[in-house]
Amino acid sequence: MQAFTSITAVAAPLLRDNIDTDIIIPSREMKSVSKTGLADGLFAGWRYREIGGRDPNPEFVLNQPAYAGTAILLGGGNFGCGSSREHAVWALAEFGIRAVLAPSFAPIFQGNCVRNGIAPVKLPADVIAGIAGNVARNPAGNQLTVDLRSMRVSLADGQHWSFAMGDEQREMLLEGLDAIDLTWKWRVPIENFLAADRKARPWIYLDNSVR
Amino acid sequence: MTIPAAPLTLFEKLWRQHLIAELAGGVGLLAIDRIFLHERTGSIALKSLHESARSVRDPARVFCTMDHIVDTIPGRGDDTRMPGGKAFITETRSAALAAGIRLFDVQDPDQGIVHVISPELGIALPGATIVCPDSHTCTQGALGAFAWGIGSTEAEHALATGTLRVQKPNSMRVSFTGVLGPGVSSKDLSLALIARHGSVGGNGFAVEFAGAAVRALDMEARLTLCNMATEFSAMTGFVAVDEVTIDYLRGRRYAPQAVAFDAAAAAWRDLKSDLGARFDAEIEIDVTGLAPMVTWGTSPQHAVQVTASVPDEANSGTTLQSYQRALEYMGVTAGTVLQDLPIDAAFIGSCTNSRVSDLRRAASILRGRQVAPGVRAICVPGSMTVKRQAEAEGLDQVFRDAGFEWRESGCSMCFFSGGESFGKRERVVSSTNRNFESRQGPETRTHIASPETVAASAIAGHLADVRLLAPMRPGRG
Repeated sequence: MQAFTSITAVAAPLLRDNIDTDIIIPSREMKSVSKTGLADGLFAGWRYREIGGRDPNPEFVLNQPAYAGTAILLGGGNFGCGSSREHAVWALAEFGIRAVLAPSFAPIFQGNCVRNGIAPVKLPADVIAGIAGNVARNPAGNQLTVDLRSMRVSLADGQHWSFAMGDEQREMLLEGLDAIDLTWKWRVPIENFLAADRKARPWIYLDNSVR
Repeated sequence: MTIPAAPLTLFEKLWRQHLIAELAGGVGLLAIDRIFLHERTGSIALKSLHESARSVRDPARVFCTMDHIVDTIPGRGDDTRMPGGKAFITETRSAALAAGIRLFDVQDPDQGIVHVISPELGIALPGATIVCPDSHTCTQGALGAFAWGIGSTEAEHALATGTLRVQKPNSMRVSFTGVLGPGVSSKDLSLALIARHGSVGGNGFAVEFAGAAVRALDMEARLTLCNMATEFSAMTGFVAVDEVTIDYLRGRRYAPQAVAFDAAAAAWRDLKSDLGARFDAEIEIDVTGLAPMVTWGTSPQHAVQVTASVPDEANSGTTLQSYQRALEYMGVTAGTVLQDLPIDAAFIGSCTNSRVSDLRRAASILRGRQVAPGVRAICVPGSMTVKRQAEAEGLDQVFRDAGFEWRESGCSMCFFSGGESFGKRERVVSSTNRNFESRQGPETRTHIASPETVAASAIAGHLADVRLLAPMRPGRG
């Protein structure tokens, strides 16, 4: 997985609450059993003039020249709610988004971000609205920095804000760790747990005799 | 003298029973008892696992179904209305076969929506950790299980290791007191909770649903209640085990049988919060006098009593920008009386409300009546078992006689996958869980409600109060 330490980039506002994963990538845009080929479908319902089409809607923020090169999204509350589809995060990553700032995240989406090198940064709604207002005056000139080492978000003009993140999520992002490899270090405790649990809760353990 | 053990919440018991190791920052390495997959998001997990040269650790405890993309039109096969859908079905089939996991395939008599068949077959059990790359996995918490939705990468982790690294949530108890009135059901409880406390009200929490009104619910109604915990942004929702739980599970195929069942049931009876257990947050809602609920906007929190009108911005519980966009999208304004809204379509189905008790309640309203002219009405049973049971009771004939389509089981038009959909700006009353923009079709306007409210609205041709429609003659349900 791609590690995340720090990024400085154009940030684009999508401040509406409850932006769900159907909006981030509509189900109809998940066309094959694959984690790739999804960037074109990102925000398809808002980004293009027609459903299924590819003619850009000039009103959508990511289509505006001023926001070219956006790698940070400024979101509203409950960002990423709805379907668990990791395709939403794969589409964001493939498009080039590396961090999302929001007052709150849906839990499955937040976990999916961390497993794909995207930093989910929680900040109060008024702070994010303030950043959006500041950026809007000159998106390319007033880029945003998200630094996971210092746990700080800062603007080119020197304003900055601290944020918090769980130790495990932070470490996984900073190191770009593969969770399965990490977990296998606990192989012995896992085996011991299962041996004891099989005696305590035999009904949990199935064989293939019932189909 | 022995020191009495501190009283524990049900959530704490579930957490401790599965805790293999404490990791940094409040993360636990938890043992995972059941993994369910479906062709939409499970297929990619199996494929990716295979590509990374890893294998499924314990295939006997992993299950897979075809529910999301498979057609629900009678005579269906692997071909789908969704362009390219067939590849999801065939790739899932070959991956499941290669992994040696039990697949409920397109033609399997037990096929159905994951959160309908898992309880129905006794795969979901009290005290079990159950995960699926599907946000509505919390449904299965109704059995006293710890069940939650995950992403596909986490599903790979669970498949490979039989464990997950989980950030421990806080605990919340939502107590529903009082008695539900006629025509009001557990869907209305979910919507009332989310309307009052917002679509982020449960963020960071594992929610125990408790109180007299919950104890009085049968198991299928509890599944409906827990289903929408994800719409409350909770990690999961669950209900303590009682005799309703035990009776529901006895004799189900994957549940323990005979003497083994009694031993398990004895252990399951402890799966409740101890008296005096402390929760990080508590909510109490008196359901006495609660009316059927219906949504007016594009989030489940945009729900009001069916007798109400669209709220003004100050009472909408949402920000101005979100409020205005929701009004515009739904084609309503502040003060629009909901029962004045004509509908184009009615949909009964989904992991929320497609079980046989849901169909019985809807049929009791439809019996002897006709869907209003111009309204397209569809019923999709949640599983083939539900469908057979409904047909044995003659419910299919009630639906057909009223003018409903009667389908094969699956997720169907709960969401738009690129195939079948409701039309642009069509207004749909739906027993599903999400009224998001374009969820049921491009620009489709969805109003979420209970199956009985959907049935009443289909007859009226507009959003309707089911309490004004007495059954024409007593139903069997």
